[in-house]
Amino acid sequence: MSAIDSIPFFIPEILLLIGAFAVLFADFFVTNKKLIGITGLVILVATACLARLPAEPQALFSGFFQLDAFTHFFRYAALGIVGVTILTSLSYARMPKAYQSEYYSLFLFMAFGLILMSAATNLLMIFLAVEFVSIVSYLLVGFLKDDPGSKEASAKYLLFGSLASAIMLFGMSLLFGATGSLDLDVIRAQLAGSGFADLGLISLMLILVGLGFKISMAPFHMWAPDVYQGAPTPVTAFLTVGPKALGFAVLIRVLAGSFDHLYSHWSSLIFVLSILTMTIGNVVAIAQNNIKRLLAYSSIAQAGYILMGIVAFSDTGLRAVLIYLIAYAFTNLGAFVVVIAVSNRFQSDELESYSGLGRRAPLLAASLTIFLLSLAGMPPFAGFIGKFYVFTSALEAGFVSIAVVAALNSAVAAYYYFRVIRQMYLVPASDEDPISPSFSLALALCLMLIGTIALGIFPGPLLGFISQIVPL
Amino acid sequence: MIIPLEHILMFSTLLFAIGVYGTLVRRNLIGILISIELILNAVNVNLVAFSRTTALSPDTGQIFTFFVIALAAAAAAVGLAIVLALYRTSRTIFTD
Repeated sequence: MSAIDSIPFFIPEILLLIGAFAVLFADFFVTNKKLIGITGLVILVATACLARLPAEPQALFSGFFQLDAFTHFFRYAALGIVGVTILTSLSYARMPKAYQSEYYSLFLFMAFGLILMSAATNLLMIFLAVEFVSIVSYLLVGFLKDDPGSKEASAKYLLFGSLASAIMLFGMSLLFGATGSLDLDVIRAQLAGSGFADLGLISLMLILVGLGFKISMAPFHMWAPDVYQGAPTPVTAFLTVGPKALGFAVLIRVLAGSFDHLYSHWSSLIFVLSILTMTIGNVVAIAQNNIKRLLAYSSIAQAGYILMGIVAFSDTGLRAVLIYLIAYAFTNLGAFVVVIAVSNRFQSDELESYSGLGRRAPLLAASLTIFLLSLAGMPPFAGFIGKFYVFTSALEAGFVSIAVVAALNSAVAAYYYFRVIRQMYLVPASDEDPISPSFSLALALCLMLIGTIALGIFPGPLLGFISQIVPL
Repeated sequence: MIIPLEHILMFSTLLFAIGVYGTLVRRNLIGILISIELILNAVNVNLVAFSRTTALSPDTGQIFTFFVIALAAAAAAVGLAIVLALYRTSRTIFTD
């Protein structure tokens, strides 16, 4: 479909772009910066309302983008994640007052980039979308102007990120040489037909470096704890779910679009990386005393579980990845909302600040408990549904060993999640001043709680929506 | 005279290796950023060489090269801004 014909399908994204620029320039006229953030939220909601799924999958802009159920699913996911992040940022105490509208408009641009990531079916567009999201995240990580930790995290993220995407780009150039095309479908046909499958696999490994960085897969996870700890907490919350979810989307697009016939060659690599990722994440998380670092390592471990679905690489497996990503997004964002509420009060993310939270703020403590139990994969919460489908798909595909390792890992993970719960309920606090979260935090918390519990008890609607998606 | 593809590929692989080596060994943030630029240039050499030989349509590789150059400029702008901000708060541009 030509560019002009594609525009009607692209209206939500165009609205999002116009909104992002409007928010950027609104800084000159609007003095109440909170209003700008709320405008950003309205723009996101309007975009989500305008988003329509065409009856047939459409190849937009001469085949650069694909608008299908998969894109549509991740479009909602991206808008939702960015929306909740803006909602929590509205009452983040350490937010620099002078740069708020830049902050919100960067997040709207980020939402645009995330949607493009899920839609791209061409190596050029994949590269541009991934790099767009990366560059905006480097800026957001360094947003605390006077905090050396934030700057250091930003510089570290920049170096790791640029190196990873440069190596990914080298892989893409080799893939272009091996197949003569940038289009994922053509690449698949060329790889199946020509004798260049070996070069294709080498370039796939180089591309995995870049995407592995985005999903914080071992051995490309070293940046994650430092960056997550140094970044402003709402940005951390976003980074643990947003780029990770869309990184998985691109990974599925590339693997299912161009390399599905070479499955026997790359499956063992992903198998090993999945085990490595979950083990490193869980084992190192045990020793952490900072809640942001703890959740950072736990998010590395979660990436390992999600990779199990890709190892299985069946319809069930890839759908399990999508289910897990949504369950994880609700749960992890919710946990970070509580972290923001506590850090607004104490200016600290150490575990000691959580002692006595059960008496100080019973509702916050109860919701953090629910989120941690969901992360550990306990029924009846969302995390259980995600884990259940991922394990099922691995067992169906005959990968019993990975399921056993993942089960052992879940036991290790339960230990450090329960450490936080113990700190909240069994360790007495020095004082008993109640913590009352602001309205926007309470609203975000409610939304995430409803999502976590509802997905755990009535997963039917989500499963129904996901069953329309044909990833393979 | 047409340079054979093998020679260009050897050159670009060498450039890539020098870039990766530089990012691993350098302790100066600017040095690391320049090493990353070397990798991107290896990519550009590859893309242009392939677009002349194996590509199905020769313009795709060259267009990709322009995008890589533009993105490298954007990344360098953001990168130098971050390095400058880091220098202002912590008075160093060394990674250790």
